[in-house]
Amino acid sequence: MHLFRWTRGKGRGTSTATLGEPLFQWFSTLIALGVVGVLILIAIVLFFEAEASIRAFGWSFLSGTVWNPQPPLLFGAFPFVYGTLVTSALALLFGVPISLGIAIFLSELAPPWIRVPLTYVVELLAAVPSVVYGLWGIFILAPVMRTAIEPFIQGTLGFLPIFQGTPIGLDKLSAGVILAIMIIPTISSVSREAFLAVPDSQREAALSLGATRWETTRLAVLRYARAGIFGAVILGLGRAVGETMAVTMTIGNKNVISVSLFDQGQTIASWIANNFTEAETPLELSAFIELGLVLMLMSLIINIFARLMVARVLRRGEGAA
Amino acid sequence: MKLPLDRDTRRRWIDVAMGVAAFVCVVIAIIPLGSILLEASIRGLRSLSPALLTSTTGGGGIGNAIQGTLILILLSALVSLPVGILTGIYLAEFGKNRLGAAVRFFVEVMTQVPSMVVGIFVYSLVLELGLIGLGSPRLVFSTISGVLALSTIMVPFVARTSEEALRLVPIAVRESSLALGIPRYRTILRVVVPSASSALVTGGLLGIARVAGETAPLLVTAFGSNDWFRGLDQPIESLPHTIYVWATGPYVAQNQAAWGVSLVLVVMMLGLSIVSRVVIRLRSVSR
Repeated sequence: MHLFRWTRGKGRGTSTATLGEPLFQWFSTLIALGVVGVLILIAIVLFFEAEASIRAFGWSFLSGTVWNPQPPLLFGAFPFVYGTLVTSALALLFGVPISLGIAIFLSELAPPWIRVPLTYVVELLAAVPSVVYGLWGIFILAPVMRTAIEPFIQGTLGFLPIFQGTPIGLDKLSAGVILAIMIIPTISSVSREAFLAVPDSQREAALSLGATRWETTRLAVLRYARAGIFGAVILGLGRAVGETMAVTMTIGNKNVISVSLFDQGQTIASWIANNFTEAETPLELSAFIELGLVLMLMSLIINIFARLMVARVLRRGEGAA
Repeated sequence: MKLPLDRDTRRRWIDVAMGVAAFVCVVIAIIPLGSILLEASIRGLRSLSPALLTSTTGGGGIGNAIQGTLILILLSALVSLPVGILTGIYLAEFGKNRLGAAVRFFVEVMTQVPSMVVGIFVYSLVLELGLIGLGSPRLVFSTISGVLALSTIMVPFVARTSEEALRLVPIAVRESSLALGIPRYRTILRVVVPSASSALVTGGLLGIARVAGETAPLLVTAFGSNDWFRGLDQPIESLPHTIYVWATGPYVAQNQAAWGVSLVLVVMMLGLSIVSRVVIRLRSVSR
């Protein structure tokens, strides 16, 4: 896809044109820069508001395990950072293989007539509001996890420390499952794009050597698109890290650091959603905003990294084709 | 151990097995979607009634939540569509340079900022502006705050979809207009934008659907209310907020009714999404 390049000096015949031309261009440029300015404003405002907390706790904010709103005021983010990392890792563990399977099926294996409707259905997963996933998580997923899946896991793998304790259904494992479902459309659609950017000559070369369709996919497509797959996975991670409502409703909301996935937990986003408006002192409010800053920086770094990966592979695909 | 199959047969079986595995992945992804839609329909329809739709959340209904969501998305659309489309115009028509590439990159990054962070940002911004005399700190929990938060989420989304929509307009259309001596800003506004109108509408509808289901930023901005809309400077209820409160509350009747509210919200959003698909389909057929 190439952009249309306006040639200089064209259409400068009339007087309204000479006035309207630069005015319109400058106006739209200004608006666009304003939109980017909002991103910078977000960073500045959050940093400004978090300053009191940053000055009071420094780096120990990230390693502190206590959130104590009564004197002596002490705020630490570690239980929430831990919960965020664990649930996001679970989401990738469950979500990535399924998403890649979907992307392979939709771009390489499915008969053409079924590709468009199936792609549409998978993308509908992204249209369901987070809070509805949460509702479903509480009343449909959690009971199934509590009565069937978690007892079954405990029966077979119960000796592992990550599967200790009484299954309750509203825990880190359930939150991870919900997150996996929510990041499937992101990962599968971005990796599908990366697969479609693989030139057909790659597939034809493999097929002409007598490879089966799966071997073609593995050798020609997956290997060629691996940077794009990686970018897709990181984009999914970015979505999982920032996801709020569905996790808040299924993780059990308890500020503990425990190894077992059957225990409740708390993520950065869920802690903010639950307690932000109940901050009692200016320092606690500042600590909450610093949590938001941490969340924003995590998601910014993850997303910028992913964008660069995806952009690189798509450009290479176009160039080679 | 040697398998009782020769090499080629085994390769063929692996091929079939991987094909089946990939198909199973699609099925696994469709199960939760089907389950959500099914449960929302069955449990939701059971709890829907005229009384639920017309009374306020204070009286056990969702009339004020429907009203609130409509007000929030209407005002957000009024702010976001012009700004987003203009940004899209800049990116598609004037953005073929370093600055354009940078703006495009940051707009894409903005679409991924967690909505909870956007909520905190608007809360802090309104609070600080209030403290220095612009508005009032009281406005942190208000319709205005809610609209600001939803617009911050919607603008980059609309900018991206608008850019893509405008890029689909063939270059020949622009050239024909310029060849007639029409200045380029008029070419953009009178020729390019109208040709892309259906795709622009689609992007706008998807943007509205995107923010209609947002809950997290509203928790710290619009806040929620048990009353009908009382003014732009007052807290306002919304459908996602009602779902959250009722789903996590202790009352079984409210838990049940949360499915009805979800049905209303999902039907609204899927409706928007399907309408936008149909617009695309009709457009491509008529071409």
